[in-house]
Amino acid sequence: MTIKQDDIEKIAELARIRISDKEIGQVTERITEILHMVDRLQAVDTSNVEPMANPLDAIQRLRPDEVTQGNRRDAFQAIAPAVDNGLYLVPRVIE
Amino acid sequence: MHTKSVAQLMQGLRERQFSSVEVTRAYLHRIAALDSQYNSFITVDEAAALAAAAIADKRLAAGDGAALTGIPIAHKDIFCTDGMRTSCGSRMLDNFIPPYDATVIQRFNAAGAVLLGKTNMDEFAMGSSTESSFYGPTRNPWNTDLVPGGSSGGSAAAVAGRLAPAATGTDTGGSIRQPAAFCGITGLKPTYGRVSRLGMVAFASSLDQAGPMAHSAEDCALLLNTMAGHDPLDSTSSTMATADYCASLGDSLAGLRIGLPREYFSAGLDAATGACIGSALQELEAQGATLVEVSLPHSDLTIPTYYIIAPAEASTNLSRFDGVRYGYRCDNPTDLHDLYTRTRQEGFGDEVKRRILVGTYALSAGYYDAYYKKAQQIRRLIKQDFMDCFEQVDIIAGPTTPGPAFALGAKANDPIAMYLEDVYTLAVNLAGLPGMSIPAGFVDNKPVGLQLIGRHFDETRLLNVAHRFQQATDWHLRTPDSAQGGQQ
Amino acid sequence: MQWESVIGLEVHLQLATQSKIFSGSSTAFGAEPNTQASAVDLAMPGMLPVLNEQAVRFAVKFGLGIGASIGKRSVFDRKNYFYPDLPKGYQISQFDAPIVGRGTFEILLEDGSARSIGITRAHLEEDAGKSLHEDFHGQTGIDLNRAGTPLLEIVSDPDIRNAAEAVSYLKALHSLVTYLGISDGNMAEGSMRCDVNISLRPLGCETLGTRAEIKNVNSFRFVDKAIRYEIERQTAILEDGGTVAQETRLYDADRDETRPMRSKEIANDYRYFPEPDLLPVVIDDAYIEAIRNTLPELPADKRHRFHTQYGLNTYDANILSATRALADYFEAVAADCGDAKIAANWVQVELLGQLNRDAHAIDNCPVSAAQLGGLIRRILDHSISGKMAKQVFEAMWQGEGSADAIIDARGFKQVSDSGALETIVDQVINTNAAQAQQYRDADETKRKKLVGFFVGQVMQLSKGQANPQMVNDLLAKKLV
Repeated sequence: MTIKQDDIEKIAELARIRISDKEIGQVTERITEILHMVDRLQAVDTSNVEPMANPLDAIQRLRPDEVTQGNRRDAFQAIAPAVDNGLYLVPRVIE
Repeated sequence: MHTKSVAQLMQGLRERQFSSVEVTRAYLHRIAALDSQYNSFITVDEAAALAAAAIADKRLAAGDGAALTGIPIAHKDIFCTDGMRTSCGSRMLDNFIPPYDATVIQRFNAAGAVLLGKTNMDEFAMGSSTESSFYGPTRNPWNTDLVPGGSSGGSAAAVAGRLAPAATGTDTGGSIRQPAAFCGITGLKPTYGRVSRLGMVAFASSLDQAGPMAHSAEDCALLLNTMAGHDPLDSTSSTMATADYCASLGDSLAGLRIGLPREYFSAGLDAATGACIGSALQELEAQGATLVEVSLPHSDLTIPTYYIIAPAEASTNLSRFDGVRYGYRCDNPTDLHDLYTRTRQEGFGDEVKRRILVGTYALSAGYYDAYYKKAQQIRRLIKQDFMDCFEQVDIIAGPTTPGPAFALGAKANDPIAMYLEDVYTLAVNLAGLPGMSIPAGFVDNKPVGLQLIGRHFDETRLLNVAHRFQQATDWHLRTPDSAQGGQQ
Repeated sequence: MQWESVIGLEVHLQLATQSKIFSGSSTAFGAEPNTQASAVDLAMPGMLPVLNEQAVRFAVKFGLGIGASIGKRSVFDRKNYFYPDLPKGYQISQFDAPIVGRGTFEILLEDGSARSIGITRAHLEEDAGKSLHEDFHGQTGIDLNRAGTPLLEIVSDPDIRNAAEAVSYLKALHSLVTYLGISDGNMAEGSMRCDVNISLRPLGCETLGTRAEIKNVNSFRFVDKAIRYEIERQTAILEDGGTVAQETRLYDADRDETRPMRSKEIANDYRYFPEPDLLPVVIDDAYIEAIRNTLPELPADKRHRFHTQYGLNTYDANILSATRALADYFEAVAADCGDAKIAANWVQVELLGQLNRDAHAIDNCPVSAAQLGGLIRRILDHSISGKMAKQVFEAMWQGEGSADAIIDARGFKQVSDSGALETIVDQVINTNAAQAQQYRDADETKRKKLVGFFVGQVMQLSKGQANPQMVNDLLAKKLV
């Protein structure tokens, strides 16, 4: 699998990570190496093998529908970068 | 004081030979005196530690001490600690002071343990050398030109340098066992789901597991008794009953069948390391165990499988670090996109960004089946290899790493070489099995670790084998020269 | 060219749980910003989701309500995208293995005919928070109280053909989920939100055209208007030989138009994969059967029963079965008075009329079913006339008590004493001798018309209290 700088830029956009023009070449090179390494898997026949998401193949427990969490806004917002009137602030979002 | 095991400290505290304040002060003094060599701690709050120790002493005096009352413990800086910075080794969380404790921390608090400090680690636990920390690399107490391993390198170095009697770590692909091996200590990665992940900053959810790091198997068992157990707030936490992990430490090894995977003793293994492992296995044989050659045929696929699954899960686990609710936020974002992309560019280090990009790629449209789904299928094959082996043997043994600790900087710019360090440890996480590393000798004054792998939830057996081995050997009792001095 | 519109709806239904789908925070509406956002909802580091049993139960109830297959092993997935109201950077949803599979349900069109609409699937997911665009020094404020509220996303097949059908579908869905008690269905509070997928194709063509998705249309009226607008817009484009862009649009109620959403311009790749912090949800037959046993009679069944049991027409049966409370009310009135048709008429005309005027819900109707039943009984036994009954109803609405009490207090009782009535009838015939003669000379048909005059006179003299039936009988006897 070859990967081009364009592809890296697309992925970086999906991941919301800025990569400077200076870095992009090396990042592409490193990721190419890693993808080359993992490409070995393509050769393995996995037909009829069920994908394993959890090592114990366990099943979900369910929680009773009870309110157990109270208002801790002050504690949570004390560590927030920008708040006003109980709201988290971000640069204006246009819909 | 600092040469005592956790078990000895517990006895001394119970018998009032010394107080928790004295023990805690002794370790704080050693940290202040010696840690400039190692950089094993990110945060130490002396006043808080001493206050906790004073409370522990009151409990002990009142006769209501719990399992670990008064014992100072260092915690990897991945466990959220209420009111104390939890950085995960990253600039992203350099200013993050959680308003809550991880379940593991709660359990240590309830047991009366004293929080000594938070230890250094690879950023977001992604690494095998503790060089990618925002707070600078940790150094190996056996030779400060060497890495301590990672990602729990701070905890391993702190224990090896005797700056803490015991510590916690987390292991996603070897991050407890590999640094334990490099630093000559004992480390246990429990079965996936044995220890709660709540409040532990997530790297790869289906692989992450917390465990103890200490000098001996006995001390690891004492810590695991406190750490293990069901947590209703972690859906992946097991409801399987826990055991008293100290109860069977001394059981005989007669009749024990130990599997030696052919693939773990092949060309990639350093010869001198292999020799140490060979001698260690002879010791187990001498105690009545039988060595059986086994095979894990999909071993050569563990690295590629792991390096799809772990980055894929990490890429989305780390999406929450967006500069909105906590943690780092870039200066003067021009718009929302700038806020996101620059916060994450500046807040994450290179290896973390690399893994996020690889993981994003593996999950992206058109590649999911070829990468992520494929890796999940091969993951099942890898687990099945172990299940087949455990039909024939009780535990599996082999080297923890292909060779001893390497020099600082040697692999820092070569991710693939770094990934190869974990060739013997990754499969255990993929299969969700418990694994240990115990000191098994030295190569050029560099520690070598013997890895033991057990059946799911059979931590008892691993600890038993490790303890019996440690009764007959003294590798785990050696102290590095750099740890001399520092007494009050 | 004749164009056919093809419409599918995605309804996001808030489930009426006490706590959130993955955390123990309250889901109550209207709290101060971020006071119901826990560490889990805020995606604090290390926080993990645990699934709410009630959300699963409600989803299964819905599935049984539309006769769908229930996913015995459903899986949660992460849907990855960045948005400030989505704290984790992914939404926990279901992709490949939803909890509710294919089902159908019946809707009733305006002309009274029924249609079956296919439900592709329904899956559980978590709601996002809210972005508040009021001015915070040029910034957007984020309230995460709603983040983590359980949603059931109900996806219809593209079986809908016009705005009216879409509205009928939504009304039927609203009726079903409130019957099941799984949602309050309150559209004003966002408990039921709708995305509309709409495309046009030449009539008779089988392949689908390019669709636009209109996001978050939040009332029956807006769904109607948005679809009408969008059909016009797409028709105009296609008539001009243009092509419709596949895009996400927003309905602007103020301008009554749809326009493209700017924030969704960047093509998203959601990178779905199984959520590793949650495990597969396994549901067994016993669990499903236990829930099936708690199901109430559903709207369509009730509508059919009203038709067969009470002889109501489809239109009346549909209105009276729209909500469980109204249906129960109607049946209580019918049982009390013993005449379902009159009961249906009173409930639909007088009761619903008053409820609408006073903007009351049936749950806090000032007139009880027993009161209304009592009133209808007095009509049936001729104690009062229909006209009087309306006045009695007015009085009941004002809280003046039972029908009998009001009739007594106001002296509304009909005069049914034949002696007293005879006196009045005689008096009317005597004072209107000319008209009486006219009546006698007339044939049967004319007589029927003429008798009304005498009835009116008798009613006037009796202040409307004369029993009309008795008056008619007496007049027929005495005029000849």
